[in-house]
Amino acid sequence: MTTTSSVPAYGRFGGFGGRYVPEALIPALEQLEEVWRKAVVDPEFVGELDRLHRTYTGRPSIITEVPRFAEHCGGARVILKREDLNHTGSHKINNVLGQALLTKRMGKTRVIAETGAGQHGVATATAAALLGLECVVYMGRKDTERQALNVARMRLLGATVVPVDNGSKTLKDAVNEAFRDWVANVATTHYVLGTVTGPHPFPEMVRDFHRIIGVEARQQVLDLVGRLPDAVLACVGGGSNAIGIFHRFIDDRSVRLIGFEAGGEGVASGKHAARFSAGIPGVLHGAFTYVMQDDDGQTVESHSVSAGLDYPSVGPEHAHLLESGRAEYRPVTDDEAMEAFSLLSRTEGILPAIESAHALAGAMKVGRELGRDAVLLVNLSGRGDKDVHTAAEWFGLIGDDGSPRLPDDDGAKGMGEQQ
Amino acid sequence: MSVATIIEKCRADNRAALIGYLPVGFPSVEGSIAAMKVLVESGVDIVEIGVPYSDPVMDGPVIQDAAVRALAAGVHLTDIFTAAREVSAAGAGALVMTYWNPVLRYGVERFAADLAAAGGSGLITPDLIPDEGRDWIAAADAHDLDKVFLVAPSSTPERLEAVTAQCRGFVYATAVMGVTGARATVGEAADALVSRTREHTDLPVCVGVGVSTGDQAAEVGRYADGVIVGSALVRCLTEAQSEAQGLEALGALARELADGVRRSRS
Ligand SMILES: Cc1ncc(COP(=O)(O)O)c(C=O)c1O
Repeated sequence: MTTTSSVPAYGRFGGFGGRYVPEALIPALEQLEEVWRKAVVDPEFVGELDRLHRTYTGRPSIITEVPRFAEHCGGARVILKREDLNHTGSHKINNVLGQALLTKRMGKTRVIAETGAGQHGVATATAAALLGLECVVYMGRKDTERQALNVARMRLLGATVVPVDNGSKTLKDAVNEAFRDWVANVATTHYVLGTVTGPHPFPEMVRDFHRIIGVEARQQVLDLVGRLPDAVLACVGGGSNAIGIFHRFIDDRSVRLIGFEAGGEGVASGKHAARFSAGIPGVLHGAFTYVMQDDDGQTVESHSVSAGLDYPSVGPEHAHLLESGRAEYRPVTDDEAMEAFSLLSRTEGILPAIESAHALAGAMKVGRELGRDAVLLVNLSGRGDKDVHTAAEWFGLIGDDGSPRLPDDDGAKGMGEQQ
Repeated sequence: MSVATIIEKCRADNRAALIGYLPVGFPSVEGSIAAMKVLVESGVDIVEIGVPYSDPVMDGPVIQDAAVRALAAGVHLTDIFTAAREVSAAGAGALVMTYWNPVLRYGVERFAADLAAAGGSGLITPDLIPDEGRDWIAAADAHDLDKVFLVAPSSTPERLEAVTAQCRGFVYATAVMGVTGARATVGEAADALVSRTREHTDLPVCVGVGVSTGDQAAEVGRYADGVIVGSALVRCLTEAQSEAQGLEALGALARELADGVRRSRS
């Protein structure tokens, strides 16, 4: 398995990617690739997607400079790309609208999706409602509990949510279950994969649907500061928001691309999702990429306070960007992410998704390294509404029974009391 | 030795071969090997030795459950070499069925060498298509091992041509679109798929996924060169009250299936 050849093989990024799935799915992947490649050069498809971006999602998403937060980032200028302001509250909608339109073009009537934080499931349920498709979302039992609000949202949108009790009961197991559904129902069903991994053409296709993030942001930063940023920062679960904002900058060699993985309780603890710190190249969910695995090739369970980053593998293009040296990846712990969550909320009045808070914590470190002259562009991939319960528990704002704990209650250590 | 030789012998007896799947390591490594020997004594021609894997996307609940329990009981990849040695010593073909990542982690060439040395006949690879299997094809050819790739009801003529061209031993035709597990009926898709596959290859074509009874084995044995049974056998072990009772149920089902393939063409 060569990872250095200059001419990538079909469906690969360097040596990473490929199509490691049961033969039964190959015709569907071939059909998807054909329909997708035709659609993206068809003015009707391009026009329809563009119309939905403008009139439904609310694109272009704005950028916001955050000077009070930046004081905690070594004084560097920090600019947020506001994917949190998209309809449904995250970047996920960019990909889902593209795939939902392709589902129609393929003549399929049913979509399935996996979800971790629930954002991709909500986006898929939304697109299904908009386009009149049947929708089933697989979600690990543990995630249905920590993202209960999003489960209700999906059901209100008309989707069926299936809790998955296998394995670690998180995102990885939801993906397994979605693949099992897909093998059985592929004639009528499209699997709306929610990130830039899986078998070819998903990593490339999902990236292209998210590329708009970086295309917009690059121009917006040029307009605001008159030059390119020194670094572009994003959190990396499967890697879709990161590749979406990175991709337009790949040829801008002066711009550092930095991805932040879930460091959980610390890489040394083993309880994390830092694939690039502790993973080894292997195959999971159809792609050859970095995988957290043991000596026997069994997947190791990941851990993160953030459901959307709690995944033991990562998109193959990120593996290639790492090996080629074009991008860097660093772990951010639960504690660091929650501190950044609290800081952005209190200094700027923006509640970030806990996933995105990993990128904000990254900005605090990178800003201190680069100093006052630096310009950092951070992808704020989602909003924190879905995380209010988790954050309230984390900061002791509610008791075990969910009732509020006020400052004079014994043991409360609310966000307000932290600093 | 290629399992094609075993299937040829069955064909000479005017019957389909019976291929039985069990995962190594459930309820224990020794227990699983004892169960595989019961299969051989009860008329199974080829044992499909399963590698328990954390993320088995082609498997239904019964095999998933066995895999989880085998992994929790501490099974290791290298235990399949022990199982292959014992199964071939017992006189049956020993084919290993594995998801791809464990082999990749072990090292493809090293795995092929160790499997051949243990008397294994080759591999069934449910999530490795020949297009991605260059390293495995080279290693299998170097070590004289069977390469069993899968075809499905959704396979186009182009895919059937490409996949069968890379198989050795037999072609695994999945009877239904879906994961492993017993089905009330095997359905007509399997018969049609076998006919379509034969237009592209002279290799034996064996049918799996969904077969659970002697009658189904007899029905499939009419048109296929081999009948593959998995979940129904595994369930005998996972649902048993004791190991002895599990082996008894397993032997009874294997004999029923063996009888099925023997009466199907008479
Ligand atoms: C807001 C948000 N950001 C990031 C992610 C992680 O996914 P990805 O790495 O594909 O962007 C998720 C996933 O659920 C999410 O909801």
